[in-house]
Amino acid sequence: MNDAFVRLDHVQHVYGGEGGVLAVEDLTIAVREGEFAAVVGPSGCGKSTLMKLATGLQFPRAGSVVVGGEKVTRPVKMAGMAFQNPVMLPWRTTLDNVLLPLEIVEPHRSRLRREKAAYVEKAEALLAQVGLKGFGSRFPWQLSGGMQQRASLCRALIHEPRLLMLDEPFAALDAFTREELWCVIRDLHAAKKFTVILVTHDLREAVFLADRVFCMSARPGRIVAEREVNMPRPRDLDVTFSAEFSDIVHELRGHIREARGVH
Amino acid sequence: MTQKQKIALAPWVFTIGFFLLWEVGCRVFHVSSFVLPTPLAVAKAMWEYRTQLSFHSFHTLWMTLAGFAIAVVFGLGMGLLLGSSRIVHAGTYPLLVGFNAIPKVAVVPILVIWFGVGWMPAVLTAFLISFFPIVVNVATGLATIEPETEDVLKALGASKLDIMTKVGLPRSMPYFFGSLKVAITLAYVGSVIAEYNASKYGIGNLMARASADFNVPLLFASLIALAVLGVAMYAVTAWIEGRMTGWAQRSGFAAN
Repeated sequence: MNDAFVRLDHVQHVYGGEGGVLAVEDLTIAVREGEFAAVVGPSGCGKSTLMKLATGLQFPRAGSVVVGGEKVTRPVKMAGMAFQNPVMLPWRTTLDNVLLPLEIVEPHRSRLRREKAAYVEKAEALLAQVGLKGFGSRFPWQLSGGMQQRASLCRALIHEPRLLMLDEPFAALDAFTREELWCVIRDLHAAKKFTVILVTHDLREAVFLADRVFCMSARPGRIVAEREVNMPRPRDLDVTFSAEFSDIVHELRGHIREARGVH
Repeated sequence: MTQKQKIALAPWVFTIGFFLLWEVGCRVFHVSSFVLPTPLAVAKAMWEYRTQLSFHSFHTLWMTLAGFAIAVVFGLGMGLLLGSSRIVHAGTYPLLVGFNAIPKVAVVPILVIWFGVGWMPAVLTAFLISFFPIVVNVATGLATIEPETEDVLKALGASKLDIMTKVGLPRSMPYFFGSLKVAITLAYVGSVIAEYNASKYGIGNLMARASADFNVPLLFASLIALAVLGVAMYAVTAWIEGRMTGWAQRSGFAAN
């Protein structure tokens, strides 16, 4: 596949030097531009390692990582990230937290001071889009966990990254908030067409959101199965109750069970 | 009277009660003013020596603040260095701990040999005794940045300096201001010790001379002056801390 936007080719990664922990081995994955990819797998399978490799926060021991046609040799500058922990900076208001990437990424960095008003407007529009209209002036610790996670998504997207990396961003939320946020990210993806790699252990989340779901094996992690999800978009939460949906979830569960070595 | 009013009143009642007890105790047991003067005698001495006391208090305040200021600048710089480089941290930490373990009274004679009797030993002792907590706190603040925060910024292409100014510095501010309360008290101890041993001015020196004259009421008056000055300096740093890092004191646990 040559049209891949993110491609990891036979990647091996070890933590902690010689005799360290082999996190992933012979990991090959290719994600197309604009695609919503989900990676599922048993815990400790190296899903987060995959995220770090694809963003250039870690470099592979063997194999190659190519993002946007360029070999990754330093942190890629076009990625937005969100984690299970929203990690907002408590001394900044929510709005200022969302604006943080603009203080770092060019060309916004040099423009921010001059065009502050335009950027603030943009950030407020984004906040409104995720249901946080009017909360920009609050401090993150004045918001609920779900609201913080929404703000964290805004921060990941404010600089219009071509690649959005989500590392179990909804794992710490209650079921209702989680489903609400599925819809938020679904709509954002539909509107902006960025590439998403979502790492999760929630199979329903993966199937509901993704175009393709990749299953990883237990450590050392590699891709053991790949499943296209062809359900039409936009998807409504109701599809999660359809027969097709549960069939796919069941199929993936089978792969995970094999991956964990439990039969 | 409500519980709240009682709590508001308690410090006054207890403080006044303490001095009353002291006064009455001295009178009932006929304690010689040579051993323990009554609070009234101390107050009289404070009035009698008011010009000397205020002059020397002012001097001590100056020495303390000068030493403290150097400690703040040095401690902040050193803390940032230690917190941002693991090699510097590993390399200098044993030295710092070793240095901090030396009682600073023992350093005063060396300072006198180097700089003679005067303001230098007082300022330097105040500095030497008070920079350590600042260094440790700032370094801790930097070292405990959440790895996810670092990842978010690195994935945007942030440099080490970016991460330091956007996250490291603001994040270590509560630790820094918290350490100032400790440092100002220590600096105060340092300057008084040095004045006692090697100065012509300051409350420490006044006490040294009062002690040689067996002027016990003046000794106690000096102690009271020291207490007032110390509380004032502590209160100012605590107030600054609250003003600068309100975001860090959001839990009800700390507020109540």
